[in-house]
This record gives sequence, structure tokens and C-alpha cells, in this order.
Amino acid sequence: MENLAIHIDDISKVYRIDAATGMAASRTLQDEITDFVRKPWRRGAASIWKQEVWALRNVSFDIHQGEVIGLIGRNGAGKSTLLKILSRITEPTSGKIDLFGRVGSLLEVGTGFHTELTGRENIYLSGAVLGMRKAEIDRKFDRIVEFSGVEQYIDTPVKRYSSGMGVRLAFAVAAHLEPEILLVDEVLAVGDAAFQKKSLGKMSEVAESGRTVVFVSHNMGAIKNLCTRVVLLDVGQVVADGDGDSVVQQYLLTASEKGEWRTNISERTDRKGNGVIRFTGFELRSPKGDVVDAAIAGEAIDFVLYYQREDASNQTTTIMLWVRDAFTKGLLRFGTDLTRQDFLDLPEKGEIICHVPRFPFKAGRYYVDLGANINGIIKADRVVRAAILDVVDGDYYGSGKTPSHPNDGDFLCDHTWRLSRES
Amino acid sequence: MKKAEKNSMHIRIQRSEGWSGLSLRELWAYRDLFWILAWRDVKLRYKQTALGVTWVILQPVLTSGIFAVVFGVLANLPSDDSPYLLFAFAGTLPWTLFAQSLQRAGSSLVSGRELISKIYFPRLILPIASSFSVLVDFFVGLASMSVLLLIYRAPLSWNIFALPGFVLVNLLISIGVSFWISAFSVYYRDFIYALPFLAQAWMYASPVAYSSSIVPAQWRALYALNPMVGVIEGFRWSLLGLGEFSWLSFAISLVVSIVVFAMGALVFRRIERSFADVI
Repeated sequence: MENLAIHIDDISKVYRIDAATGMAASRTLQDEITDFVRKPWRRGAASIWKQEVWALRNVSFDIHQGEVIGLIGRNGAGKSTLLKILSRITEPTSGKIDLFGRVGSLLEVGTGFHTELTGRENIYLSGAVLGMRKAEIDRKFDRIVEFSGVEQYIDTPVKRYSSGMGVRLAFAVAAHLEPEILLVDEVLAVGDAAFQKKSLGKMSEVAESGRTVVFVSHNMGAIKNLCTRVVLLDVGQVVADGDGDSVVQQYLLTASEKGEWRTNISERTDRKGNGVIRFTGFELRSPKGDVVDAAIAGEAIDFVLYYQREDASNQTTTIMLWVRDAFTKGLLRFGTDLTRQDFLDLPEKGEIICHVPRFPFKAGRYYVDLGANINGIIKADRVVRAAILDVVDGDYYGSGKTPSHPNDGDFLCDHTWRLSRES
Repeated sequence: MKKAEKNSMHIRIQRSEGWSGLSLRELWAYRDLFWILAWRDVKLRYKQTALGVTWVILQPVLTSGIFAVVFGVLANLPSDDSPYLLFAFAGTLPWTLFAQSLQRAGSSLVSGRELISKIYFPRLILPIASSFSVLVDFFVGLASMSVLLLIYRAPLSWNIFALPGFVLVNLLISIGVSFWISAFSVYYRDFIYALPFLAQAWMYASPVAYSSSIVPAQWRALYALNPMVGVIEGFRWSLLGLGEFSWLSFAISLVVSIVVFAMGALVFRRIERSFADVI
């Protein structure tokens, strides 16, 4: 047997959350003072408001050197919590973990980046944040710059970079981290297709170099390609552990338990954006206004997006909706920017409807990501895999026929045929 | 279970119980990150303020000017035979280092939220680095002080050689109080609103704008429990050569500084475990 790299022994993690808000329990001095005034004899009176949530429960497994482990599971299954414990960001409530080797964690591309600073300055900042010594960064500096492909702009503040350049530079720094154990969370979910390919390439390079990698992703394609072993977590426990194909298959089957998926979007904490706007719910409605479970191919459907916003100052709001497949591949994007229908004055809360006259997907299960931007560029909210989008067969072509072979693709599209006149 | 032989590094992760030490070795291992964060703070501050260094020079000069007018001219308080502007400046200098440290430390963890929730490093680095970044302003202020001393042709004494020692104590107490403030501001988000009042009250409890000689003698020892008292008196004594240096009040202030620093670091270490969960 190979050498042990990580020994996870009976790890549990309990979060206390506020039952009222669903947020991590935090207090204000004001709470403390009012509690004291009301019940000076009772300490910690607020504890009745707190609910315990087990993010991880008795998780144990070993990882050997050179293994590339994929951690998969639904949102809230405990993958990211486990990664955070492994990278020592948060402590477990009980249990212990032994790590043998230098650990590097990459929980986000661009951690520590500051847009006011230049590319050069950010390389040092981000390198130090990721755990590199200054001498090490000095040594790798040229390679990092070359990998990023932003040589010309290296002394320009990052705020003038296009978002693609910023991400490339950030990833270049991270890619030159050379730990013995690498912990990676969903970093491949950023950037365009070319960048994703490049980072996947770098990941497999790392994997082949014999280092130990723990990799969390929703991208089942990447998981299957990269990982020698996949661990499936569900409600904080290991439910499957084995080779990529079989565990991913099992995941896709359990993920189809629809009721479980219908989490309230407002309770999702793994979202991005400044929070000026928050999506709070999503549903499908038929043109008659009934809430439905699935869209019908070829028929009209309304996507209903519930939201709340903090201040109703008149800023332009762009609403976006992505449809993805189980492998997180983007299939289609809807957007107010595309139809030039950005909202000018959104009320503080409400519902936004995206009407699709003829739904162009074949029957199947798809996933919806939601996004809102303020003034075109400021990310206000991003919810990945906000909801399931089921599509059932309909008579798209009005002919009673639908392409049925798995290789026929996912889309339906109006078309007609004729014989061209002989010229 | 076979342990890896070639890996020299072994990390054990488990819930920590009770108090933990400062782990100075780990802080030392992360010294590059510390310097880079301090440097980043300085760089950003000077980049973002339009007036840049001018503002850093003007602020203490204007503050001392106001003190000189209000307390020296209008209230006619004693300045121990020194020009009131110089006298006030020598108090404003250490006070600004302290107050700015507090203010920055209060936001250092909250604005470093992204780092704390994504990366492991000794969290103590954040408040220490933000106090250190204030040192740059402090040295700019010290340069202005030298210019003022020249303008007023104030005589220097050998006392000046004690100044670095007072600066160190100044920094010690600034960082020590920063530990408390930064840890509190993670747990109580509204603590940051209480901070300006705390700083203001503390300033009036320190001989920044007035001379500690107006405090009745029998209260001096109690007064020196405020560690900024010893520091500010030390600054005045070494820069302006004023009066008798009160070893008693300096000793009291020094001991309080050390206690505040050590306890602050321990409390910080104790509650930093859950920073990532609540921040």
C-alpha cells in the first residue's frame, strides 16, 4: 500500500445558525445589551434562537499519496466544509485529521487579489496569501507571468484588466503553488471554455506529477477525467467511495430525488455577489399562470424569479438565467442584456418573469443558474444550480415526431425543407 | 497505517480546547505574508488618497494647532513652559499611532473576511500588520515634528535617545488593544460604531491635549493605569526635555501595556478558531 497522505478520523462539524434568519449565528452588542436589560440573571438567553446543523457527521477515510480524490455531493452535502477543515480554515467539532506533507489550498481563484494594485504587486500578494515565501515567488515570477500571458500589463493596476486577464493571472499564481497535498474547490467553474481547458490541463499535470489532490466540483466531466477515486457525500456523510464512473452515476441518480433539490434559494449561502439583489425563489409557470413541475418541449413557459433588493435606487439591473446540463456545461443563457430589457427601477421585492414562447429543449433534466448584475458589471447575486429544470416531451414540430436517439442532441429548432429550384 | 517517511511535515487537525499559546514559530513562518499585507495597506492608503502624503502631514499639524488654540490660548492650560503647538504635537504623535491602529484593526478582520474564509494563516497577522502599516504615517509625523522643533529652535537633550523605547511601548499597546478590538468586531458587527466613542473617551483620559501636571498628584498612579499616559509623557520628555520623568507612571503604563498585549493575544487566539464560521 502506498504512503498515507491524509487520515480523516471520525470528523464531525456542527454549525449553529440563527433559526430566524438562517444565517450563521452572530450577535451585536445591541443584542447583548438588550438581553442583559431584559434578563440580567440569565446568561446566553439567545441560545433558544440557535439551531444546530450538522455539516459533517462521522466522516472517516484515508487518502494515499498520489491519489486524486474527487469530492462530490449536492449543495450542503458537506464537501466544502470538509475542504475548509482540511485547509485549517475552520476547526472540526470532533474527530481528528492527520496530514502528511505541505498543504496548499485553492478555494477560490484570486484570493487576496486587490484591484488597485498592479499585476506584479498582486503576484506577490496572492503568492504570499497562498503560502509561498517571497524568495519562492521571486524564483517563479517569470514563469508565472509567462503562464498568465499578461506580460505587457504586468505593471498596470488589475482594475484595468479585463476579467479574463485577472482570472488568468490569479490562476497562474495558484498553478505555481507546489504543495505535496493540493486542496481545490470548484475553481474550474470560472472563466471561459479555453481557460477551463487550460486549468484542467494544469490540474491533470499536477495529478500526474504524483501529488495528492482533493478536488471538489460540480463538473462531473472534470471529476471523471481527473480523479482516480471519487467520494460522494450526502447530508454530511460518506455515502459512496469508489471509482469515478460508478460514484458519479450514483450521484446523478440520487440527485434526481427532486424534492431534496427544491431547497429554498433564499437559504443558499454558497452564492457570490455583493448582495444588493438576492434571488429568493424560482418556479415554472404555465402561460395560464399555474405553477408547474416541468416545461413542455415546444410550448410556452414562464420562468418566475423571486427577488429582494436592498435599496431601490435607480440603477440598471441585468437579470440572467443559464440552463446547464448535469455536467455543468452551459447550454443556453437568457438575459435582459440580450433583449435590451434591463430593469431601471426594480421595487424592493417582487417577481420577474422570463417568458419563452416555445421551449427549445428535448425532454430531460437540466439545471438553472441565476445571476443579477447592477449597472451591467457589478455582480449582485449568482446562484449556481439554483433549481432543477425538468422538460417533458411535447409536440414541438406539430408533427407528433421528436428526435429520440441520445445522439440527436438536446435542442429543438424550427425549420422547413424544400427542394431548391434547378438553376 | 503506515506513515509517510519522506514527508517531514505532519499536521494534526482537531478541535482545540481551552487556551492555546501564541505559536510564535508559526507567526515567524508567515513573516513574508505579514510584511506583504502591511506593505499592501500602506500602498493602498497612499494610492487611494488624492492628497496622499500631504494629508498625513497636515492631519496631526492641524489637530495640534486646534489643541493649541483651544486648550493653550482659550482655556489657558499649562504646557510646562513649552510652545503649546510643540507640546500638543508631541502628544498627538503617539496618540495618532494608537488611535489609527485601533481604527484599522477594527476593520482589519472584517475587511480581510475573504482571506479568513478562504485561506489558513495565523490570524494574529492581520491586526499586527495593520498596526505596522500605521507606523509609516507615524514616521511622517515624526519628520514633521523635527521640522517644527527646528522652526521653534527647541533645544534637544540626550533624552531623545530614549525615544525609540517609547515608540516600541507605543506600538506594543497599540497592537495589544488592536487584538481586543479586532476580535470583538468580528463577533459584534456593531462594535465598529462604538469604536469612535471609545477612542474619543480614551483621548480625553490621556494627556494628549493637556498636560498630565493638571491631574492632582494623588491621582497620578491611578491615571497611569491608562498606558497611553506613560507613553505620551515619555514622548514629551524625550522630544521636548520637559520636566522630571515620572518613572512610576511609566512603569505602571509599561506593565499595563504588557498585560493588555499578552491577554489580548491569548483571547484572540482563543476565539480565532471560530472566526471563519461567524465572519
